[in-house]
Amino acid sequence: MRNVFLFIRRHFNFVFFLVLQIIALSFLFRYNRFHEAAFLNVSSEITGRINERYNGIEYYFQLKKTNESLVRENLFLRQQLKTNYEAPDSLQRLIRDTIKVDTGRSIIKYRILEAKVVNNSIGSQTNYLTIHRGSAQGVRPNMGVTGPQGIVGSVVNVSENFSTVMSMLHRQFRVVAKLKHGNETGTIDWDGASPLFVTLRNIPKSAQVNKGDTVITTQISSLFPADLMIGTVFDIVPDNTSNFYNLKIKPATNFSNIEYVYIIDNLQYDEQKRLEDSTRKKIQ
Amino acid sequence: MSELLKNIFRFVLFILVQVFILFKMPPLHRVITPYLYYLFILWLPFGLSRAALTFIGFFFGLCLDYFTMTPGLHAAACTLIAYVRPFVIGLLISQEGADKNYISPSIVSMGWAPYATYVIVLTLLHHTYLVLLEWLNFGSFMYFLGKVIASTAVSLLLVLLTELLFFRKQKFRTNTI
Repeated sequence: MRNVFLFIRRHFNFVFFLVLQIIALSFLFRYNRFHEAAFLNVSSEITGRINERYNGIEYYFQLKKTNESLVRENLFLRQQLKTNYEAPDSLQRLIRDTIKVDTGRSIIKYRILEAKVVNNSIGSQTNYLTIHRGSAQGVRPNMGVTGPQGIVGSVVNVSENFSTVMSMLHRQFRVVAKLKHGNETGTIDWDGASPLFVTLRNIPKSAQVNKGDTVITTQISSLFPADLMIGTVFDIVPDNTSNFYNLKIKPATNFSNIEYVYIIDNLQYDEQKRLEDSTRKKIQ
Repeated sequence: MSELLKNIFRFVLFILVQVFILFKMPPLHRVITPYLYYLFILWLPFGLSRAALTFIGFFFGLCLDYFTMTPGLHAAACTLIAYVRPFVIGLLISQEGADKNYISPSIVSMGWAPYATYVIVLTLLHHTYLVLLEWLNFGSFMYFLGKVIASTAVSLLLVLLTELLFFRKQKFRTNTI
């Protein structure tokens, strides 16, 4: 026993170095389970405050672009107003439901929160955004996040006032998407090569795809409501070894100057998840 | 300014520069990531004990990690170079005794050639280890090799610029130890 202590004392520096390395590597490789719970809540609160300060300055330089994109979105929404449409014949007309009972509660599926982006990265292989909304405002992990132009990512971690969003430009991000033209469904992921493009996989070759086609979300994804913009087809890469296309998609969101996002709260997410999980258990 | 205060100031400044300037820049290419923050560890005083150096390296890396959401990645690389640093210094200036006469490693205290070797060796070590850890999660070997070489080149350029812009005057101290 004495020799063990002597050994440790003689090689104290090396042992200390090894211990720190092991701590660092265990942080890195066990990130998802232990680390989140232990430190990240506190630390993301602190880094979030610093990022917010910085963003206050950076935001000022982006005002024009932010304003433009919000105006464009307003325009889009205004064009969908009911008053813009007139029924083609006089037999049909729209009647507003005037029953006083609040039936909306049980029907509404998606609730939308707005949030300001306080930190954003596009340069790495695992890109995250930090937004200034947290558990105190009702954000939970696994909520979809969309921007004014198109979808952005999904919430992965939440502290009291901030949340971390896994951007679409992240190696592990997946979302189900479909082509607006033919309704073929595939999966969006990112190969890490360029922050300007993502890949849409599993579109069968029977589909008619043209460059410039719109790619939108489907109701299959539990994160997003259907028909949200994702991007447009930039290039069609035929994969000769399979019956599927790999489509190169240009995201509608410009990830480098994103300022505001909307968090989509799927109010029936828990229920759906519980049912699916219990089904899986039942089958086994 | 006392040496301790100066280093605390540098600690904060290097992290802020790395997070809010170098990581914010639009990437030139996917293999080029400019790193400068580790210069803090290269500039630490000679007088620190080996254990203290290692711990400072770990803590410094971890602080950066909380901004980039990759806990442990930079901490591991910083711990490594902080631990290896005394060996490299010992090899490079064992004869001259500069580590007794000056406070911290610099062009003045070590001379051009040894200081350049010192920076190049530790930069290469830091980048290799950092990219290796990243590469374990994804990527190909060419990506690994390309990123090590390209990032090292860019980082060395940044270090050179920093050394020229913020020239650190070093007072010669007589052998008082």
